[in-house]
Amino acid sequence: MSDGIIIRAEGITKRYVMGAETVHALRGISLDIRRGQYVSIMGPSGSGKSTFFNIIGGLDKPSDGEVAMDGCRYSALSSSQMAWVRCHKIGYIFQSFNLIPTMTALENVAIARIFAGRAPADARKDAAESLGQVGLGNRLTHLPSELSGGQQQRVAIARAIVNKPAIILADEPTGNLDLHTGEEIIALLGHMKDAMRITVITATHDMKMLSASDVVVWIADGAVKRMANRDEVKIEIGSIDGHVT
Amino acid sequence: MAELAVAERQEIPCQVSVPWNVVFSVSWSSLRRRFFRSLITMLGVILAIAFLTYMMVQDSVVDALLEARIEALNLLLQKSGVDVLAVQGTDTMMILLISLALLTCLVGIVNAMFMSVSERIKEIGTLKCLGAEDSFIVKTYFVESSLQGVLGTTLGILIGLVVSVALCVGSYGGYVFQYFPYGAVLRAIAIALAIGSIISVLASIGPAYWASKKQPVDAMRVEE
Ligand SMILES: Nc1ncnc2c1ncn2[C@@H]1O[C@H](COP(=O)(O)OP(=O)(O)OP(=O)(O)O)[C@@H](O)[C@H]1O
Ligand SMILES: [Mg+2]
Repeated sequence: MSDGIIIRAEGITKRYVMGAETVHALRGISLDIRRGQYVSIMGPSGSGKSTFFNIIGGLDKPSDGEVAMDGCRYSALSSSQMAWVRCHKIGYIFQSFNLIPTMTALENVAIARIFAGRAPADARKDAAESLGQVGLGNRLTHLPSELSGGQQQRVAIARAIVNKPAIILADEPTGNLDLHTGEEIIALLGHMKDAMRITVITATHDMKMLSASDVVVWIADGAVKRMANRDEVKIEIGSIDGHVT
Repeated sequence: MAELAVAERQEIPCQVSVPWNVVFSVSWSSLRRRFFRSLITMLGVILAIAFLTYMMVQDSVVDALLEARIEALNLLLQKSGVDVLAVQGTDTMMILLISLALLTCLVGIVNAMFMSVSERIKEIGTLKCLGAEDSFIVKTYFVESSLQGVLGTTLGILIGLVVSVALCVGSYGGYVFQYFPYGAVLRAIAIALAIGSIISVLASIGPAYWASKKQPVDAMRVEE
């Protein structure tokens, strides 16, 4: 049973001390995420979604608690091993795309492959293939400034999947996109989950993003309020749609 | 769970380091595609080295013309303020001026590079998310800023050379070419190149190291 779990978070807390005041961004989150699932983390602004993401992505350290990926605790890793985990195991997708502005689409994807130890020529070949998978095979030499928001996010997805990671972490991947483009990006993430057996974890406060999810986790005020699987969520969305229309 | 953690930890390898030719091409494309920004960074080096080259070349040419001991030329030299009878030697005032120019240049590069790093915190954080280690960031910023320094130095030497030869020809006419001190001018160029490169490389160390300490969380926190 436990080998189905890719990410295990145990009693994660995060405090920010700002002068005399202490902000409790996370108040003890324990969560298991199973391999191959699409998990959406929902919650109002300021509830701690990004903080939790940064911690399970190994970008930030918790004040207390442990994160383990494949049973391997982050706190036991050296910084070089952590860089290896970020490179090979995790693909990050950001709200503001975070492409390197001086690199073409191809170079943006290839650099991730180079960090994984590929020779530059092979890295470019893999990058072109990955960009083809997200439907940007004809935009290889464009700079980010020459691409639309949706296309930039596709490049970011190509970059996230090029090293065949175990999980994709996407913090509000549709936050800077219009509704239609956002839905396309979500569908693409869902497709990557199925095609490559990648675990996808996204944060959002947008109910419309839930349709692709296997599991939805509600966070409020730094704690998990509720978890639900797909079927329960479907019913709820139905009733919410009923209210709105 | 604890036993499992130990077993898995040993399986996680260390990140491989990126070869220098990749570092070089990343730095180069960053320099090229941010050309105007880089030019502004380079301006301090260009001006300081142009000034240094100008002073040294001027000095060599005047020395060479004095050596020639030609009556008409000595008159021209006197007219442009050269003390024909004075013992030759380097002026302390000039050394002071040059040192000041070089110091300004050093501070200029350091300042411009720190600015350029703080503009790119998000980029550095993103690269770290992709698996970059500190050493990669240090290397790329170091190479970029050193390249900038060497390019700026070369431009500065060209400008300084052209300006000083033009001014000398303006004052002393064809004599300049007749008695042109090729050896001394070449030496001046070599000195300017060495000083410019050493200063830019020295000035790059601090900002490159600072850049490498930026954390990947910063990639998310910085607003557009
Ligand atoms: N670096 C920081 N220093 C101090 N407080 C912080 C810091 N980062 C986050 N916080 C606080 O932690 C809490 C959770 O922030 P977080 O960014 O995780 O929320 P979020 O759920 O991602 O919100 P949003 O939906 O707006 O992105 C907030 O109260 C925030 O003010
Ligand atoms: Mg957030």
